[in-house]
Amino acid sequence: MGLLSLKGFPGTGSFRHGVHPPDNKSLSAESKVEVMETPDTLTLPLLQHLGVPCKPVVKAGQMVRYGEMIGKGEAFVSASLHSPVAGKIKKSIMVTLPNGRHLPAMSVQTQGEQVSPHKIWADMKSKDWPRDCISIYDPFTIVKIIHDSGIVGLGGAAFPTHVKVTPNDTRMIDTLMINGCECEPYLTCDYRLMKEAPRAIVAGALLTGRAVSAREIVICVEDNKPDAVKKLKEATEQTVIKIAVLKTKYPQGSEKQLIKAVIGLEIPLGGLPSDVGVAMSNVGTMATVARGVIKESPLTHRVISVSGRGIKHPKNLFVPIGISMGEVIDYCGGLTQDAARVVAGGPMMGFSFSNFSTPVTKGTSGITVLSHDEISNEKETACVRCGRCVDACPMNLVPTRLALAARYNNPSIARQYHIQACFECGCCTYVCPAKINLVQLIRTGKKLVASGAK
Amino acid sequence: MIENEAAPAIHVAPSPHIRDTKGDTRKMMMDVILGLLPMVIVAVYLFRLYAVKQMCICLVSCLAFEWLFVKMRQRSGTLKDCSAVVTGIILALSLPGSAPWFVGVIASAVAMGIGKIIFGGLGMNIFNPAMVGRAFVMIAFAQLMGAGSYENLTGLVDGVSGATPLSALKFNHLATPVPDLFWGMTNGSIGETSTAACLAGGLFLVLRRAASWQIPLGILATVLVLAGIGDIAGSHSGRLLIHHLFGGALMFGAFFIATDPVTSPLTSKGKWVFGIGTGFLIMVIRFFSGYPEGVMFAVLMMNAVTPLINRWTNPQPMGEA
Repeated sequence: MGLLSLKGFPGTGSFRHGVHPPDNKSLSAESKVEVMETPDTLTLPLLQHLGVPCKPVVKAGQMVRYGEMIGKGEAFVSASLHSPVAGKIKKSIMVTLPNGRHLPAMSVQTQGEQVSPHKIWADMKSKDWPRDCISIYDPFTIVKIIHDSGIVGLGGAAFPTHVKVTPNDTRMIDTLMINGCECEPYLTCDYRLMKEAPRAIVAGALLTGRAVSAREIVICVEDNKPDAVKKLKEATEQTVIKIAVLKTKYPQGSEKQLIKAVIGLEIPLGGLPSDVGVAMSNVGTMATVARGVIKESPLTHRVISVSGRGIKHPKNLFVPIGISMGEVIDYCGGLTQDAARVVAGGPMMGFSFSNFSTPVTKGTSGITVLSHDEISNEKETACVRCGRCVDACPMNLVPTRLALAARYNNPSIARQYHIQACFECGCCTYVCPAKINLVQLIRTGKKLVASGAK
Repeated sequence: MIENEAAPAIHVAPSPHIRDTKGDTRKMMMDVILGLLPMVIVAVYLFRLYAVKQMCICLVSCLAFEWLFVKMRQRSGTLKDCSAVVTGIILALSLPGSAPWFVGVIASAVAMGIGKIIFGGLGMNIFNPAMVGRAFVMIAFAQLMGAGSYENLTGLVDGVSGATPLSALKFNHLATPVPDLFWGMTNGSIGETSTAACLAGGLFLVLRRAASWQIPLGILATVLVLAGIGDIAGSHSGRLLIHHLFGGALMFGAFFIATDPVTSPLTSKGKWVFGIGTGFLIMVIRFFSGYPEGVMFAVLMMNAVTPLINRWTNPQPMGEA
């Protein structure tokens, strides 16, 4: 395998710099996706995506059906919200998400006849996703359905998908890249989805490719997931979709790095993938697009990984959006005595939280519970300018300089050294031998620069 | 929900939540100390008690002065990071065994005080501390620094003093046999004589990534080219080239002094500039000055331009081209 499978692409299968944290995927990689039963209550924050919060369209006390729209994304960069269960709307409450945002949320109490989540997952896994009759859907319909289904990127950033696929006269899309790299350690939800539901991913990719009129569609997978590559190869036979196998490396799944690795092009600073003719979306999002367009059901459920040495039974789960983190953790046997930190997402970029009533949102790719041995509490020592952060930065920045500029409140230096190009992957903090919290300092520096300080 | 009695304490902190456990500052320093071992062993073998005495003096005084100066600045102790140990060993290895005790003590005081703590301690200094200390005593005690003695293992007398290979060549046109030069059976500062030991320790450092490979390679390649030109121009039939490559502090300096991360550039491109510049200055001093050797001054001068090199070689972010 390896880089030979990248034949036909101008990229090298990798990007400059980056780090190799232990991937720890074996904890949950072989656990088949289990379906969780519908809980009594779901909490659905009105902002689960990047952009503007959606507006509630139902009132407290009202009954809703499965899949009924309860929040409407009116702005362009916004996504609608649908009820994952049939039930009764309760009074709206405030929730705090792991990323620290304090938001109004709707809660739904399960009542009445339900659509079984087992059936939804069985549908997803089934082999009869069409591959050749995609052309019956015209691009505008597909875009509209994606918009109406409240679909956002399921990789973590939760950017509304319809924004990416809306046709744009000035920037033509040449290639649709489907991101199946899953470079965060521990997480295996995308891996399981690629292995168990490759047909749904392929159908979604074909639909999205049609929506953006891409000439080429390529699914990108890291070379530590040979089984996923095999399944996808079978599922893409006799389609136009290609598979690119990439070097396992963090952050290979980052948009800019992935485009560099496969297409060999660099997105200009401050630019978007569409600037180089690329639209990119995650594998999970593609399966959701297929379900939205072909089965006419909106985004209500997703696959998440629950993993780490601090959880009793690591698993991959198919859960309704809005279920509480605590319920998911309990389903996996709860935390071990060794558990030290609970993270929404992966350990490199995820947010740690301690309030387990916080809900799973559209962008939650998993829960990672780290043990005491894994988290570092070492004291910061002096920077010896070893340059390891410079050798690790996938954006080719000088993290130590940016961090110092932030620490000493010097936005002009920070700007001069392109602090806004940092996408906070955390490679610099990961490698720093002096245990300096470089990326945290850079985050404060970015805020400082964004505030316009001189 | 989670039972209260069994609930472990959950920490909340910003990402990333994991760190590379392989490296911390102290481990890096320990790697350097390990890398220095071959030179220490050769020094003790060649110079016996002279070497032991010199290393003890420098080590003890470096630690003591670090402790004292840090205390004077009312900061918390920094002896644990082992950087003073590294400076002590490097300083001792760069002095001749015959230099009296006070030379080592004064060099240590200058190294720690003016070379390091005055700038704000580890990581803040501009010049390599050991070289600052050595430069001071080199000028203050020029006579005591020049001569050296070593154990002549085959001879009848205990100590032999004599010119170092580079001064013998420069001033008396005497060439030292190549095997002696390579294995270190010559006179000189106690840690610099053996090319073999420096290569062994240096390669260890590079492989452990405690030192960059660009700097030593840049220095050695530049010296090779310039000494090669000098050799051909003066028709020395290889003698000059071999002496400049294996003699003096070149190997020791290239692997252990110039690679000090604090005082060398950050980026790979900057490291090449630094290495090539150091090699160039070494040869300028060796060819044209009154000194037979130039590693120390060359490194100090390049240390001075490191902030500039960092600015010139500031990498372009991805997408900015």
